[in-house]
Order: sequence, then C-alpha cells, then structure tokens
Amino acid sequence: MLAPASALATTTFGFVLVLSVAVPVAGILLAFTLGDRYVRQVALAVVPLGLAIAGAILLAVPQGGGLIVYLLGAWSPPLGVALRADGLSAVMLATTAIVICAVAVFATTDFRPASDARTSFAFWILLLAVWAALNMIFVGGDLFTLYVALELLTFAAVPLVCLDGRAETLQAALRYLVFALLGSVLYLLGAALLYGFYGTLDMVLMSRVVSAQPGVLIAVALMTVGLLAKTALFPLHLWLPSAHAGAPAAASAILSGLVVKGSFFILLRLWFDVIPGLPSLAATQFLAALGTGAIVIGSVVALRQERLKLLVAYSTLAQIGYLFLIFPLAANALGQLETGQAFAAGLLQAISHASAKAAMFLAVGSIYTGLGHDRITGLGGVARVLPLSVLTFAVGGLALMGVQPSGAAFAKELLLQEATRTGQWWWAAVLHAGGMFTTAYVLLVLAYALAPSDQPIAPIQTALPSRDLPALALAICSLLLGLVPWEPYLPISHDVLPKLFSSDGFAKLLLSVLGGATLAILLNPWRHPLAASSGWKALGKVLEPLRRICFGFGNLVEQADGLLREWAAAGISLLLLGLALAVLMFAAN
Amino acid sequence: MSGVTVFGSFAAAAIGLGLYGLITNPRPLRKIIAFNLVGSGVFLLFGIVGRRGTAAGVGNDPVPQALVITGIVVAFSATALAIALLLRLFQTGGSLTLGSRAPPGPRSDPSGD
Repeated sequence: MLAPASALATTTFGFVLVLSVAVPVAGILLAFTLGDRYVRQVALAVVPLGLAIAGAILLAVPQGGGLIVYLLGAWSPPLGVALRADGLSAVMLATTAIVICAVAVFATTDFRPASDARTSFAFWILLLAVWAALNMIFVGGDLFTLYVALELLTFAAVPLVCLDGRAETLQAALRYLVFALLGSVLYLLGAALLYGFYGTLDMVLMSRVVSAQPGVLIAVALMTVGLLAKTALFPLHLWLPSAHAGAPAAASAILSGLVVKGSFFILLRLWFDVIPGLPSLAATQFLAALGTGAIVIGSVVALRQERLKLLVAYSTLAQIGYLFLIFPLAANALGQLETGQAFAAGLLQAISHASAKAAMFLAVGSIYTGLGHDRITGLGGVARVLPLSVLTFAVGGLALMGVQPSGAAFAKELLLQEATRTGQWWWAAVLHAGGMFTTAYVLLVLAYALAPSDQPIAPIQTALPSRDLPALALAICSLLLGLVPWEPYLPISHDVLPKLFSSDGFAKLLLSVLGGATLAILLNPWRHPLAASSGWKALGKVLEPLRRICFGFGNLVEQADGLLREWAAAGISLLLLGLALAVLMFAAN
Repeated sequence: MSGVTVFGSFAAAAIGLGLYGLITNPRPLRKIIAFNLVGSGVFLLFGIVGRRGTAAGVGNDPVPQALVITGIVVAFSATALAIALLLRLFQTGGSLTLGSRAPPGPRSDPSGD
C-alpha cells in the first residue's frame, strides 16, 4: 500500500504525524508537572485534541494521494527516520482516537483525584502513554521505530493490568510482561538480522531489495513468532485471560480493544508491505490454521466460564484467531500477498472488534459495579436493574456476531467472497463456524441477563448514564461500520453492501443464530436459565446424551487450554512455531 | 576463524542459553535475568552487523551502535519495570511463581471506585 515514488520525501501535511505522537506525550509531561490533582483535566483536554489530529490525518491522506510522509530532521532513510501514514494507518489512528475518547468519558467517574490519587494518576498517564505508543506504531516507517513503539506500548499496558495492586493482578501483569519481552526480543533479533542483510530498516527501502535468502526467511520467522506472542494468538495466549479479566473495566477495554491490535498491525506491515513477494502458501495456511485453533479453543473455553469478564476475555482470544484467516485469503496463485479485498476485510474486522469489544468490556464493568459480582448464572433480572448496560452488551455482541450492517458482517461477507474466488472452501467453513461460536456466547449471556430472577436484585450502585452512554455509542459505531464509505482508505468495492441485505445475507445470519443457540445449549455446563420450564424438560431428555458428549469434549478442551497456559508448553510451542514457519517458507522459496 | 564468526557464535550461545532459561526456569527473577541474557546476545549481534563491512574497506557502521544504545535503554526500562512488579508482588505476599493458576476472582471492586 505504500506508494514507492513519494515515499522518501516530506509531504504537505506531514507534520500532523509528529503531532499525533507528540500531543499525548506532551500531555503526560504536563500531567507530571502539574501533579495528581490536575491529571484528569489534562487528559480530558488532550483527548479532543487527539481526536482532532486523527480527523486531520483522515482528511489529509486522500488529499496526499493516499500517503503522507514526514522525515524527522529532514534526514532521509536509510540514515534518518521517516514517519508515514497511508489509508491503513489513518483508519487505525481514527479508531484508536474514538475508542480512547469513549473510554476516557467512561472513566471520568471511576478515576477521580478524590477516589484514590495514585490509581487515578496512573490510569490517566497510562491511557495517554498507550495512545502515544499506538500512534507511533501506526505512523512508524522503519522496523526499529516499530520495536521501540511496541515496547512503549507494552510498558504502558502492563501497569494497566495491575492498577488495583492485588497480588493476583500483579502476578498476571508480571506474566504478561515477561512473555511480551520474550516476544519483543525475538522481534529485535529478526530486525538485527535483516539490518545485517540489507543495511536498512526502512520498510519501503527494504521492500525494494528483499529476496528469499535463508537468513531473511529465518529473520522473518523470528519476527513473526515474536509478534504472535504479543498478539496472543493460540497457542501463545498464556498471559491474555488473566491479564484482560483482572484489570479494571476501562483498562480491559483498552487492552482488549486496542493493545493486541498494535502488534497485529506490525505483523500486517511486515507481511504485506515488507515481504509481500516472499511468503509461501503453506506458511499463510499455517497461520490461518493457528487462527482456527484460537477460534475453537477460545470459544469453547469462553462458553464454559462462570465469570462474565473471563468469558469476554476468552472471546477476544477467539476473535484474534479470526484476524489470521486473512493471510491465505489474501495470497494470489503464486503465494504472494496482495493488499486487496481480504486485507481490507481483515482490517475492518480488527476495527469492528476494537469498538465492539471495548464497549462490551465497559458494559461488563458497569454490570460488575452495579451487582457487585459478575457470575453469569447470577445475572437473572439484571436487564431490569441496569437496562443501559445490558443494552450496550447486547448491541456490542450483535455487532461482533455480524448482524447487518456491522463491520463484522461486512468483513465476513468480503472474506467469504475471497474464499469462493480462490477456491479455499475450508476457510469459508471456519468463518461460518466462527460466526456460530461468537453468536453462542453472546446469546448465552443475553439469555441469562434477560431471564426473570427468583429473588429481587438490589443494585449496589445505581446506573450512571455518564458511564453507559459512551459505551453504548461505541457499540452503535461498531454496528454501523458497514455503512461507512471506505474507498479512499481501504481497497473495498461497495457493491458488497447490497449483498449484505439480500435474503442470502439474512440466511447466513439465521444459520449462525441457530447454530450458535445449539452450541450455547450443548457446551455451557451451568444450570440453564430456561431449565425450569416444561418445554425445556422435554427437550432436555432428547439432548441429554449429546450434552454429555459435549461436556466431555469441553473438559478436554479446557484441560488442553490449561496445559498450553503453562510456561514450558507456551515457550516450547513458541520455538516450534518459529521453526515450522521457517521450514514452510524454505520449502516454498 | 574471523572475529565476526567468534562473536557471532558467542551471540548465538547467549541467545540460546537465555531462551532456555526464560522458558524452563519457573522463578520470575531468573526469567528476568534470562531475558537480559537474550538481550545481550541480540545487542552483540547488532555490534557484529556494524563490523561486517570492515573487511571490504568500509569503516564501522554507526547505525547499529545507535540502535544498540536505544535497545539497551529499552531493555533496562523493561528490567526495571519487571523488578518493580516483582518487589510489589513480594510485598503483597502473593505467590512468587508465574504458574498458570485459574485467573483470579476479584475481591475488591475492580472498577476503581
């Protein structure tokens, strides 16, 4: 996507890219200077400013011919550092700004200076730090800048996990940090090897000279597994469930919606911009196979969780798997990656997940604050007490499930078309299964939340509109993403949209709803909300043997997940994945 | 055997040993030290990369040195953050292993109120 001709000179609006990183950092410095009484005001002043900068980049990219560039200090690469933004970066910058904005409004009541000075100070500083690091990832033009940005992102994200300072969350944060460091050091090793071969780290310059030497393939394999560890693709997800489920709601929304997308974005840049000609069909199929594993394992374990936050965290694991299906679908007949429709669909899926998942985590946070617990089986009647929170969860869930015209539905339709076009029917099957699994856990939670309760619930805290409305807005954004005109930024043709609303599209939706409901009934081990009704009893007798088989399967999957979240297993699978990727790429080139 | 080969083997050995320690050792402090060992190996590799053109008459390449210095700063910050977390974990009396127990059920209010 990076246009080579103008990629090495500063363009008219280039300085906006510097602002996108510099403004959040300036906010951090100002907050440190003014002290913890004003940190919230500083952060809330920076948020609209950042939103305006993201909007400016969104407007400037189509005007600059799809690319804006800024050379730091007017030194051109390979000696200097270039910042670049194409349509891909512009879209991600805007998504990040919107999600951070909603989370900031949500968090204003939680993180007041009066509540707990140190926690609220840390939260606002870290929010700005995550933002600066993500923006740097989206505009960074060379592999080493991306490494530094990736590390800054990790350093900002890890303390967000343990804001409440309990031993369990500290442990989760330390696990996250150590595993993320393992990932980034492998990435750096790959970058060092690539510098050794080509004497440059600039992505545009490197993409012009890169060739399929053994050393380059090893470097790419090392960088890829490092980034997979940071993205928590199955089976490298040992840190994700505890880190995402243990953090405060606002922090979980950032971690799950945005932070894992940072390393995924670098992976896209590496495969689609730096080495589009190298990858083999086998390696891309392998990545998508891991994604399939993530969808199945993540969804099955999610359906068996007792706590709502853990369910949502495991659903992130499954949704990350979805993103990796784009690799084989974007490959052409020669095994070369093309930034075409499948690529755009993957990005759309990432954006749609960012907004929907952030909204869902915020809604779960409100439900937790309201009820004082988040046991799924104890949710009966919550829809009456906290209607807005449940509505937010429902809208976010519908967007994630792929109800028209959500971004997820649009992305799925594009990917299905690509699967048909390239004759890879097995990935179409995985896409359908993924849709069913997503529907299953959304319907499961809604069934419990909408069920009448036996005893009246007294909420600990009444619902606050200032918390629920930003989350609801985010969920609605995700539900309307399919209607946004994407052409200036992503290679999407809009004749897919009518297909989305055809009877064919609704038949697909019906299929995933029916399949999802069946999966939810079969795989969820807890007492069903409708278990008392007579109709259910008759059905239950028929289903009983089938349910028992599914219980066994679920137990097996849960044990496998537990095993994979051991250090030794995760570490060895990391090395084996690197080896497998390198071998597959060797075999093809 | 040229200097590049010797230092290259040492870098590979440091990376290999570090990876082994990082994966197999259950104690967090040793994991952090092992991470630093891997990091040192990578920095050594960067140093060698800068020396590769010397035989062809090209002087020392300054870019890898700048990268190594940045890398050391990043690794130092990472280590400091990890040690701070570890100390805090020690003070709260939590278990000092990083085994995969079931993720915690929150005791206090997680939303920070």
